[in-house]
Amino acid sequence: MTTRTWGSVAVPTVASVGAAFALSALLLWLVGAPPLEAAKLILQGAFGSADKTANTLLAWTPLVLASAGLVVTFAAGMWNIGVEGQIIMGAIFATFAAREIPGPAWVVVTATLIAGAIGGALWALLVGLLRTKGNVNEIFGGLGLDFVAFGLATYLIIGPWSRQGIASTSGTDIFREEAWLPTITLFGASMPVLAVAMAIAATVVVYYLLRGTRLGLRLKTVGKSPRSAYLLGIPNDAYILYAFAIGGALAGIAGTVQATGFHHKLVPAVSGNYGFLGILVVLLAGFSAKWIDPIALFFIAVAAGSTQLDLRLDLDSAFGDVLLTVTVLFVLFGTAIAAQKRRRRATMGAEP
Amino acid sequence: MDWSATLNSVIAAAAPLVFATMGETISEKSGVINLSLEGSMRLAAMVGFVVAFWVGHALAGFGAAIAVGAVIAAIIVFGNIRLKINQIAIGFVLFLLAVALASFLGDSFVGERGLRVPPLPIPVLSDIPFFGKVLFDHDLVVYGSFLAIFVTWYLFYRTRAGLSLQGIGERPEGAFARGIPVNKLRALYAIIGGAMVGLSGAAYSLDIKLGWRETLTLNLGWIALAIVIFGGWHPVRVAMGCYLFGILQVAAFELQSVFPGVAQVLPIAPFPLMILALVMIYAGWFARLGDRWPKARGWLISEPPGAIGTIFERE
Amino acid sequence: MTLELVDIHKHFGAVRANDGVSFSVEAGELHGLLGENGAGKSTLMNVVSGFIEADSGKVILDGEVLDLRSPADAIAAGIGMLHQDPLVFLPFTVLDNFLLGSPGPERIDRKAGAAELERMSGELGFTFDPDQQARLLTVGERQQLQITRLLWLGAKVLILDEPTTGISATQREQLFFVLKQLADEGLIVLFVSHKLEEVEELCDSVTVMRAGRVVGEATMPVPPSELVAMMFGKVIEAPQRPKPVVGPPVLELTALDVTKGTADLTGFSLTVAAGEVIGLAGLEGSGQRAFLDALAGLVAPDGGTVVLDGSDVTKLSYRQHLAAGVHYLPAGRLEEGLVEGLTIEEHVALTAKEQPFFIDWGEAESEADSAIDDYRIKGTPESTAESLSGGNQQRLLLAMMPADVDLLLMEHPTRGLDLESAEYVWTKILERRDDGTCILFASADLDELLIYSDRILVFFSGRVIKVLDAATADGEELGYLIGGRERS
Repeated sequence: MTTRTWGSVAVPTVASVGAAFALSALLLWLVGAPPLEAAKLILQGAFGSADKTANTLLAWTPLVLASAGLVVTFAAGMWNIGVEGQIIMGAIFATFAAREIPGPAWVVVTATLIAGAIGGALWALLVGLLRTKGNVNEIFGGLGLDFVAFGLATYLIIGPWSRQGIASTSGTDIFREEAWLPTITLFGASMPVLAVAMAIAATVVVYYLLRGTRLGLRLKTVGKSPRSAYLLGIPNDAYILYAFAIGGALAGIAGTVQATGFHHKLVPAVSGNYGFLGILVVLLAGFSAKWIDPIALFFIAVAAGSTQLDLRLDLDSAFGDVLLTVTVLFVLFGTAIAAQKRRRRATMGAEP
Repeated sequence: MDWSATLNSVIAAAAPLVFATMGETISEKSGVINLSLEGSMRLAAMVGFVVAFWVGHALAGFGAAIAVGAVIAAIIVFGNIRLKINQIAIGFVLFLLAVALASFLGDSFVGERGLRVPPLPIPVLSDIPFFGKVLFDHDLVVYGSFLAIFVTWYLFYRTRAGLSLQGIGERPEGAFARGIPVNKLRALYAIIGGAMVGLSGAAYSLDIKLGWRETLTLNLGWIALAIVIFGGWHPVRVAMGCYLFGILQVAAFELQSVFPGVAQVLPIAPFPLMILALVMIYAGWFARLGDRWPKARGWLISEPPGAIGTIFERE
Repeated sequence: MTLELVDIHKHFGAVRANDGVSFSVEAGELHGLLGENGAGKSTLMNVVSGFIEADSGKVILDGEVLDLRSPADAIAAGIGMLHQDPLVFLPFTVLDNFLLGSPGPERIDRKAGAAELERMSGELGFTFDPDQQARLLTVGERQQLQITRLLWLGAKVLILDEPTTGISATQREQLFFVLKQLADEGLIVLFVSHKLEEVEELCDSVTVMRAGRVVGEATMPVPPSELVAMMFGKVIEAPQRPKPVVGPPVLELTALDVTKGTADLTGFSLTVAAGEVIGLAGLEGSGQRAFLDALAGLVAPDGGTVVLDGSDVTKLSYRQHLAAGVHYLPAGRLEEGLVEGLTIEEHVALTAKEQPFFIDWGEAESEADSAIDDYRIKGTPESTAESLSGGNQQRLLLAMMPADVDLLLMEHPTRGLDLESAEYVWTKILERRDDGTCILFASADLDELLIYSDRILVFFSGRVIKVLDAATADGEELGYLIGGRERS
């Protein structure tokens, strides 16, 4: 009798990650960069100083938020490629709040966070509705809306929200300071404590939502077997929409963090690719919320640290991205091979 | 405004997009979605440029780019058909990997002056007023794009192989029952599609945009995916979608002075159009129009191939 | 020319679908293959047509041992198979459907193809519009197109799998005429069916299969009682069981029309009392599934009314039916009931009576434990649905039922279960009956129908052709009716 053993997923995952690392080390060695040196530089680049750590954490937050949202949509069986657009939409709504809502910092910041969540949720619901009512595959619907959101952001930046006299795609005016995501000065650097707290909270909430609530259980049912879910009396469409709303809200908050915490203004590329990277994080985490925080940290560390590679070893900083995507590719293949072996053993074993 | 010159440049600029969309149409028509397009094109463009640069001949560059596109498609096919990995998952990861590789490997080549394909106006034909300039005053790559449209159309609708191709994408069990080797052919067509996507990448770096930098093929891979859907998986309509997109880009440029910022926003137009097309397909509008005008049905059928994205298993 | 099947074996997991099947068919013979569902006919035909590979055994055509590894090999040998669902490419034209996969020059000459289509179909007495979309063809017409195609490609053996399901009477006559013509011309024709009358009318000889083996061969005419006996085997006498106390009428069907799916019911009326068990007999595809779907609210009836416990539920949605006290257990346990990937505990939590927002896993676990005890499920609360055996899956499904069900609809409740599991499942079902639940269940097992039903509705070709009182019915009569005939 087999129960869900984490061994059946963890072992091939870890083995694949190991293989990916080995391959990357080989690649580095081939281009003449000593792998250990590269690893050290990456760590230094990510955590070498208080400032660097702050930056790393600030980048980690939106990735975790987006990933947490994606865990929810994946649980419902949806490929939410529209997550990038949801982040952008969140940033747009947050920008609106930052510009229009008066008051002291705590009022504005709260407003931007709520606005961001609403913006992301609405944009995600659009994908969900296209899917449930219009039968439009959420992959292409989401992709299309990604670009629409990007276009909208661009339009706002060079149009209604452009800087005085300068209509440029480099962004809007900088937000007033009350709207900036608050930081606390620790060890001589501005630590994004609120952001980190939100990221951890989001992970915990998603984890318990899926594990310990009726909503989460039904979401998972819809994702694993829509037909059985229907026969059990679960309204599939409603739960798909819930999943998109929650996932979109979290992505929207990621957008807020990017706008008010990182850029302090709205730029066209505000999503920073965190949406797509989030998909990679969740793939690597086996679609479970348990591992997204450390994996996301790994991703950001590699990305942040890779800039060091450029400076010191004359290696393009895109190496970090190569390492990360190769790792995910290996894990995809590794888990698939393991699943194949399991299937073969199951049919072989059952001889009459 | 010199319309013939404008149309000439629209057609020339659209050539790479035509290659990519024809390739993806072939792949999707047989049932395989290649979501890595954006990455494949970029990596192929970079590799094509670099190899041409090293070897000193554009042809070598094109060959290398085609190989890159084919290899990426082969990975998708292997993962999907042999290991049952979801086409979307593997295509998406390869997209990001290819983009990263293109940046990483191509870094040192940014800004280098590259080779370009020489222009080749067809004698006599290019002297025809208006149409001569529009259609016959191009280079090999552009003529190749015309050929690609014709070959894809001819393959689908005039050959036995094409009919079987449509069959495996529409209802693989039915094709299998007729003795057609479904998975082998899907692999073949996906790889051919990938090769054409690779070709389109080289067409950018060696013909249209010349040279290499990261933003070279900006979003054209995604646009290609959208156009394939918008064109209803029919080669001629998809090609028209490419040219329409080209005209939109020109229009955006011209309107720049009147509506600032239009140039940045208009390029996203294919996407809402794609969504609209998908909604109309499933709402049955095209099907109902097709029932009312059966003669036009060939032009109106826009449904995706019935078994697109699915894995075919024997038992 | 002879088609010989020699000792064909094929197993799927632990199930022996074909357990040493041998028989032969001569050219010019219209040969019938009879058997109930699960007898192994479809598997065998899939082997002969190359769709699946046998584990062992030989297929010999015209003295040549065939190496059948894929449909391409079968086609090359001249074996043509008409599947029950004719596998037509719906968005393509009739002509393209005709031409797809046929050999010839790479460049398709559609005009020549259309001429061939006209010629071939003319010979068979069919007519087609080559430009019509295949989607618009009826099932019978799709069949005709496939037959035309197979013959055009030079089939020497024609296999038809339950071809008369879903076609009109005229089309059936046309089909039979063509088949007789083809047999006269020297083709080998294999007609797979469960319909006694058709086999009697059409076939020259017959092979009967049961439980994966050949249990009889005969040259027609053969008294139907013999065929029935061969198809269903020795049916036990229904043991004396105490007549249950039956309550007031709970379910009333009045002039019900269901013409969706495989059903062809018109004006059907039935009253079911509380605690009554109604068995639906008949072979797969005879309309039971569509009937059950209609009663569950998955499909809307085309006419008539369904009244449950005094309220009219005819036009209500599936979820409203659930709320009204209906519970549906379709045959696909993992596809249409349990959720692959979720544990027993999670399933229990899903269907718990109280549904608070925060799940108390401690409580869910103890509920799961008591369900496991109560229903003797071999598993732990952490066992996933797919890791359970069929019998245990069925027990879990029963454990998940709400406490008060007015109408329980089941499709093949004991399919694939061993005797002990099946008996235990019925014990639990009868407990519900004693509580006053009406039970309607479809089954292919005649013993089960006779033992547990109070009344039996026999389905054939989409209609209910007879309502039997189980206490006085016997296996032979039931077998006849399932085959479409009254015992004379």
